[in-house]
This record gives sequence, structure tokens and C-alpha cells, in this order.
Amino acid sequence: MQAKRSRFLTVMLTLGLAFFYVPMILLVVYSFNYSKIVPVWGGWSLRWYKELFESREVWSAVSLSLQIAVVNATFATILGSLAGLAMVRFGRFKGRTLFGGMIVAPLVMPEVITGLSLLVFFITLNQLFGWPSERGFATITIAHITFSMAYVAVTIQARLTGMGQDLEEAAADLGAKPFKVLTAITLPRLTPALISGWLLAFTLSLDDLVIASFVTGPGANTLPILIFSRIRVGLRPDINALATMIILVIALCVAVAAILMFRQQRADQRDRKMAEGEEH
Amino acid sequence: MREARTQIAKPTQRPLHQRIMRRLQKHWQLVIVTIPFAWLLLFFLAPFLIVAKISLAELAIASPPFTKMIEWTDNGIMTIRVVFDNFTYILEDDLYLNTYLNSLKISVTSTILCLLFGYPVAYAIVRSGPVAKPILLFCIILPFWTSFLLRVYAWMGLLADQGTINNVLLAMGVIDEPIRMLYTEFAVYIGIVYTYMPFMILPLYANMEKLDGSLNEAAADLGSRATNTFFKVTLPLTMPGIVAGCLLVFIPATGEYVIPDLLGGGNVQMIGRVLYNEFSRNSDWPVAAAVAIVLLLLLVIPMMVFQYYQGKASEES
Repeated sequence: MQAKRSRFLTVMLTLGLAFFYVPMILLVVYSFNYSKIVPVWGGWSLRWYKELFESREVWSAVSLSLQIAVVNATFATILGSLAGLAMVRFGRFKGRTLFGGMIVAPLVMPEVITGLSLLVFFITLNQLFGWPSERGFATITIAHITFSMAYVAVTIQARLTGMGQDLEEAAADLGAKPFKVLTAITLPRLTPALISGWLLAFTLSLDDLVIASFVTGPGANTLPILIFSRIRVGLRPDINALATMIILVIALCVAVAAILMFRQQRADQRDRKMAEGEEH
Repeated sequence: MREARTQIAKPTQRPLHQRIMRRLQKHWQLVIVTIPFAWLLLFFLAPFLIVAKISLAELAIASPPFTKMIEWTDNGIMTIRVVFDNFTYILEDDLYLNTYLNSLKISVTSTILCLLFGYPVAYAIVRSGPVAKPILLFCIILPFWTSFLLRVYAWMGLLADQGTINNVLLAMGVIDEPIRMLYTEFAVYIGIVYTYMPFMILPLYANMEKLDGSLNEAAADLGSRATNTFFKVTLPLTMPGIVAGCLLVFIPATGEYVIPDLLGGGNVQMIGRVLYNEFSRNSDWPVAAAVAIVLLLLLVIPMMVFQYYQGKASEES
């Protein structure tokens, strides 16, 4: 589709982008507002950033959220890529339909249901085995791994199908055992997808409020839980400052992921062109 | 070959870690399937089955607060008790029924709004030049990554009685007193359309990108007008993208909790919010579990359609 963009489409595109970005820009601008009442302008100031950096509550929430996000991203990437490998490369195996269904289900399951069922599950476990006696870091991390691994699995599945099996078959023809093919050919080629999967799982975890609020216990506040409890009452300038910091960090992560994905795409195109060139 | 023979001859003399590695190399495929499978069975399927079980129990003053499904009497007789009271209670109670209907109304309307505004945006990106295209796409994906909660919060600042929109309108003299926008259904619509728009645009874009432009040219050569070509050629061909986008908006929007809570205040009842409150404040587990099951039943058909399309798309690629 290389036809020209009509004026109507250009207008819609501009409006769409404005709709996306104006609220975020205002959010950032008002974080530098001196006034305590957010939408009333009281001059430029870094007052709320100072308050933010001095708040112990905020720092402990940031630290808890980051710890959960790192552990979650690591485990979700491992489990998700194993699941993706099994779905794409192992042909038909017993229970594949159930397995495939369980991989996609967390993507479409309403968060309230996932959160509710995991909380009930943890309480039941505690009554049966005495674990987890306290809800917090461990329970939130398990809950996050369960839904983020689904996203990683889908990413890896797409990458594996996109990669094709030619190189692996060639290695097998040359006498490499299946395990060797996996470690020497498949995994190295998957690396960019693994990194973007890790980043995806990391941000998903940092972003989650609903599931974490269900499975957390007293005293264990992640950053979204802390933000939510504050903004439920209304607008707060310190949350604007916090939001600006978060947007900055996430934008950096996304930029890295985008560059990686872009490079990968170009490498794929090159591979494909070379393969086509050999055929002709 | 020689190695294999020595292993058979003296299997006990190999160090343990080597034997484990050999085992692993032999059964690695099984290991790869088992680990994620076991995780999902334990932390996804089992919790869900427990909720289904609780929805068939009665509220009891106990810990956990519901009756047991299977009980053994003293003389060794097993009794299974299943009650559907929670479901009849939900379906006969006006509060729940209206909340379900209201959630569906809000999610269907927001899905249509997302489609109406998202379709032209996706189409515009597809028709952009090779330099602008990846940049525009990045601009659509970026807000999708920035915190969901903060995107909702951004709208609180715009819509509040003393918020930016009211301030601008007051200063321009368009209105004399602030319009109430925050904590209304209108705010909930804005919030849902805003946060779920990328879920509509991305599948539409992916679908349109694959379309063959020559079909449009052929239609134009044969004298079809632009609007006619759109409805006869482009729209039917982008149907898979429309279905995927609509489902990706509709399914999560129906169970939404954060948006009705922050932007709707107490004035907009949606089922996700009722479920959360039912569970955390009243701790009536059986009813909350039944509410969850009914919500899932409402969404099960759209979910299955989505899975079907997802499967088909991955097979095609």
C-alpha cells in the first residue's frame, strides 16, 4: 500500500497523536509547578522532586517494585521461552492443546479474575502447608511470572516461526544432535528476542496494579499500589514528579528494545534476501 | 560410539554431575515441556479451579469463609455439596445484573469508539513514507509502555473541576462555571479509549500492512469511487485486523477496575470494581467467586474467537 495519504488521514493521524501525547506532556509540565494544587500554575520549581527524593515510603516502594520486576523478568523469560520452544519446535505432544490454551489464556484473562484466583490459591496453600504465611514479595513475584511468561512465550513463538528451521535442519544434517542444535544454533539466534522478552516482562511487572493489590500483604507496597492509594483521593503534585521520572526510565527502556528489534528485523530481511538469492 | 560402550560397562564410575548432564541430554525435550507446563498447571489452572469450587459453596463463619464441598461423616460416608445459590442470587439481584449490563454497555461503546478513531490512524500510518512509518509506529507503541496507571492519572488532571480543560474554557470565556467531567461516565469512556487505543491500532496496522495495494488501484481503474472502494475492497480485507483489535479492547475493558475507580469515582458501576470491593471489603468469597465466574462466562466466547484467530495467524506466518 504505497498510495498517498489523503488530507483526512493526515488530520486523523495528527489528532490521534495529540490525543496520545498532550495529556502526558501536561502531566510532565505540571510536575515542575510550585503550586500545591496541581492545575493552578505557581511558577517553575523542583520542589516536588525534592520531596519525592526525600520520601522513604517512595524509595522502599521503588526498591520492592524493581526487585520484583527483575526476578519476574528473569524467570518469565526462562519459562516463557521454554514454553515457546515447546509449542513451535516439538511438533505434537500429549496435552499440547491444553498447554497452548494455558499460554494464551493469561493474555486475555481479566486482571481481577487472575488476581482473585491467585489470592484464594495462596490462602488455600497457606492453610494446607503453612506457606506462604506472609504475602508480599514472593506472592507478587509468582503472580507476575505467571502472566508475564505468557507474553514472553508469544514473543518467542513469533520469533521462532519467523526464523524458520533451515539453519537447524542444516546443522542436524551435518550430524549435530538435537540438544547441540538447540544450544549452538537456536538459542544464539533467539538472543534479541530473549532480551526484548525480558524487557517486556520487566515493564509489565512494574506496571501491574490490580493483580499485585490482590496478592500483596500488609506493608508490602509496590510502586503502583503506593501511587494508586495516593491518587484515589485526588491530584497530587508529588505524583506528577514521580510520573515524570517513571516515564523517563520507561522511555529509555523502550528505546533500547526498539533499537534491538529494528536491528533484528533488518538481519532477518538480509537473511531472507540471501536465501532468495541462492535459490535463483 | 566408543563412549556409549564405556558408559554401559561402568555406569557407576562416572561422577554424578556428568550422569545428570547425560540424563538431561537424553530427556531435555521432556524437561523443556514439563517446567512451564507444571508452572501453569499450578499457578494458573489450579487457582482458577479453586475459584470455581468456591462459587459452588455457601458462606460460612469459618476460615476460609465457605462450606466444604466434600465432607466425610463419622461412618465413612462421603457427601458432596454443591449449591447454585450464589449464581441465582447474582442473576436475580438488580445491582449485579445492572452492573454487568452497564459494564457491557461501556466496553462495547468504547470498543466502537476505538475502532472509529483507531482505523483512520492505522490507515494513515500504513500510507506514510518509509522514513515516517517506523517513527509513527514507535509513537503509537510508546504510550502503550508507559504506566497504565499514570495515563489514567494524566486524565484526572485534565478533567477535574479545577483541571486543565475547565481552566482553559473558563479563561476563554466559553463557560462561566466548570463543567463536571471527572467522576462521570464520560470520563470512564475517555479513559478506556485513551488507554486501549494502541491495542486497536497495532493489530489493524499489522493487518493493513499486508494488504495488496494493487487491488485498490484495480478498483480505481475500473471506475470505482474512493468511498465505494473502501467499503467494497479495503474494509472486508481488513476484517481480521478489526476483529483482533475489537477483542483486544473489549475483553480487558469489560473487567476493568482501575479506570472506573479513578475516573468514575463511585458514580460508575462496573463489574471489575464490584468484584474487587465485594472480595476485599465484604469478604463474601462464594458470591465474589460466582461474580468472577459469570464475568468469565460473558467473555469466554470472545476469548475463544481471539484464540482461534491467534492460532490461525501463527499458522499462516
